[in-house]
Amino acid sequence: MDAERLEGILSKYEGESTDLIPVLQDIQDNYNYLPKDELKVVAQRLNVPLTQIYSVATFYTMFSLVPKGEHQLKVCLGTTCHLKGGQRLVDSIASRLGCDVGYTTKDGTFSLETVGCLGSCAQAPVMMIDDKYYARVTVDKVPKILKLYQK
Amino acid sequence: MPKIESVDHLTEYRRKLKASRDPKQPVVLVCGGPGCLPLGSENVAAAFKTAMAEKGLEGKVLLKTCGCQGLCANGVKVIIRPEEIAYQKVTPQDVPEIVEQTLVGGATVDRLVYHDPASGTACAHKGEVPFYKGQDPIVLRKLDLIDPESLDDYLAVGGYRTLRKVLFSMTPEQVIDQVERSGLRGRGGGGFPTGRKWRLARQAESAVRFIICNGDEGDPGAFMDRAVMEGDPHAIIEGMLVGAYAIGARQGYIYVRHEYPLAVKRLRLAIEQARDFGFLGDNILRSKFSFDLKISQGSGAFVCGEETALMASIEGFIGEPSPRPPYPAQAGLFGLPTVINNVETWANVPEIINMGPEWYAAKGTENSKGTKVFSLVGAVNNTGLVEVPMGTTLRQIIGDLGGGIKDGHPFKAVQTGGPSGGCIPEQFLDLPVDYDSLQQVGSIMGSGGMIVMDNTSCMVDVARYFIGFLYAESCGKCTPCREGLKQLKYLYEEITSGRGEMEHLKLMEDLCEAMSSASLCGLGQSAVNPVRSTLKYFRHEYEAHIKEKKCPALVCRPLLKYTIDPNTCTGCLACVRECPVGAISGIKKEAQEIDQELCIKCGLCYETCQFDAVKRE
Repeated sequence: MDAERLEGILSKYEGESTDLIPVLQDIQDNYNYLPKDELKVVAQRLNVPLTQIYSVATFYTMFSLVPKGEHQLKVCLGTTCHLKGGQRLVDSIASRLGCDVGYTTKDGTFSLETVGCLGSCAQAPVMMIDDKYYARVTVDKVPKILKLYQK
Repeated sequence: MPKIESVDHLTEYRRKLKASRDPKQPVVLVCGGPGCLPLGSENVAAAFKTAMAEKGLEGKVLLKTCGCQGLCANGVKVIIRPEEIAYQKVTPQDVPEIVEQTLVGGATVDRLVYHDPASGTACAHKGEVPFYKGQDPIVLRKLDLIDPESLDDYLAVGGYRTLRKVLFSMTPEQVIDQVERSGLRGRGGGGFPTGRKWRLARQAESAVRFIICNGDEGDPGAFMDRAVMEGDPHAIIEGMLVGAYAIGARQGYIYVRHEYPLAVKRLRLAIEQARDFGFLGDNILRSKFSFDLKISQGSGAFVCGEETALMASIEGFIGEPSPRPPYPAQAGLFGLPTVINNVETWANVPEIINMGPEWYAAKGTENSKGTKVFSLVGAVNNTGLVEVPMGTTLRQIIGDLGGGIKDGHPFKAVQTGGPSGGCIPEQFLDLPVDYDSLQQVGSIMGSGGMIVMDNTSCMVDVARYFIGFLYAESCGKCTPCREGLKQLKYLYEEITSGRGEMEHLKLMEDLCEAMSSASLCGLGQSAVNPVRSTLKYFRHEYEAHIKEKKCPALVCRPLLKYTIDPNTCTGCLACVRECPVGAISGIKKEAQEIDQELCIKCGLCYETCQFDAVKRE
């Protein structure tokens, strides 16, 4: 375990139990998942039982207990995206990447997720890779977009 | 930026700011809202920077990225002030022409302005575009005027005037009284009178109170809160300052979902600016009032939009709702009195106090005052954000502002209120939209999502979609919601797979009855709305699925059949490459065939084919 890396995150907080979710968010962003050993330290420092951390980590969809891919690919399945073929988009991406929703590609490049709504409904179907939005993504646009991230 | 120490200092700063700004100063405002950002508004802004530099316009014409300009369908939007020329569908390639023609030459580029589809008339100025004509923006008013990252811009249009007014000329009771008289009701969906909520919190016995802004906009199809958080963050902070003063809170939280990274960034910046400037912190503007704000990020759970679940999440627990009463105003965050309002509600507050409650209450209907922002999306021509007085009819919103249904398809339904809302059929298009009228027809106002559907949408599939969404998002704490959704989901799968029976419909109605009366929170209680409204108004579609085993709108996968027309197929093999199960085969440059045994009816071939050779029935 890289104690210094974790310390860099924990030192930003006052160590209150209410800091739990922000701390986990920082670890998730920094490590791309929530490593077990780090969580044990968090439990001690914030004085929160490990069981509560486990409950929080498994309740909220942004947390993952296994390492995620380099890029987070989120396909919107909000109402408008659903009506405009969002599910077809998911199917196409999943088939191209050879990876189901909720999983990471074998080469570790992408983690594929669906989300409730990304809030760009006028441009449905929408998807997001990391912090970048892609508008009106028809199936034929998929290979070109994926290529931008593939090594 | 200086720290403002007193009221006089603020007056002086604002005076200097106004004097330094020429109202005739040409400004290019590129829309960076939720609709234009994915279309590449950053590239358009960059192209303006280059083209303006080439023409030596740096310093003469200002370039700003602003919040949502409303008409998302025609993004990327650009407004040029002071003339208010509204350009649309702007790409980086169009920019040199705009710079040359408009900024240098003073002429309009005709091909980039809105043309009325009926008459063909060009609408060069924002005010002439029908989409904006019927609107009365209060919350959205500043979005296409200011750079959301500039506090000076907010101050220049009168920002933080209301803070000063309440701190130095009003008692907390007077503030509450004005909000009560304005008739403002919660814009997050509940519609609880805001002033009454504030009064309850103020009256609660406690030395410590909290206020919260609910920015966990989870309803699919609604993005007005995102647009306001990203486009006018200081309005939310100012509204919360007024609320905190009124109820006597020293600490506030803004809860934003993590799917909105830009909203988090902008709010964070705005809070820092407000703190540096002296609008947040101890003894604000040397008054006795102290207040500060924290951002709390959601972690991807729809149920956290429910107020008690949201507070549990801020406290560091999983987002499970708790029974009410006690209401948050009595015992909320950490068990202390808490006022929780949503983004749009807070953003209304400064204007209400500034213009007076009578001004606000003059808009709207008897029990729903003021304006409401709707995200008008789906099968309309002009998708985007609209803000209209309560009581505007659906026909006005969809027809006049929305420009009618796309591609000449017939209207089928409008879905309001997100997963807790219902589908409203054509017979109610003249319904004046307010809290009560929507409820009467089996839907709700919700946060303001308005999704228009034409005959290509299957209403059984829409209800199945919402039930599937809520099933995944139900926290699982109470039985009626957890088990009820599971059973409803099962029944929908049966019906949309051609295994439905007429008795299922009765069973669904019974489940709805149990869930609406016995669920713990709004999620389960209102989850029945999509089911009930579609069963009531679109029963014939259910019957077609059950009796004829057909989906009239050609949406429900298991009931479809895909074939390839041998006469049109060119044998380009695009569909073969796309098919995830290898069900399509044939010789190159000759007609292909789909193996019906293997086909999973995903429709990827249908969407991929450039020659319309794939047929769906």
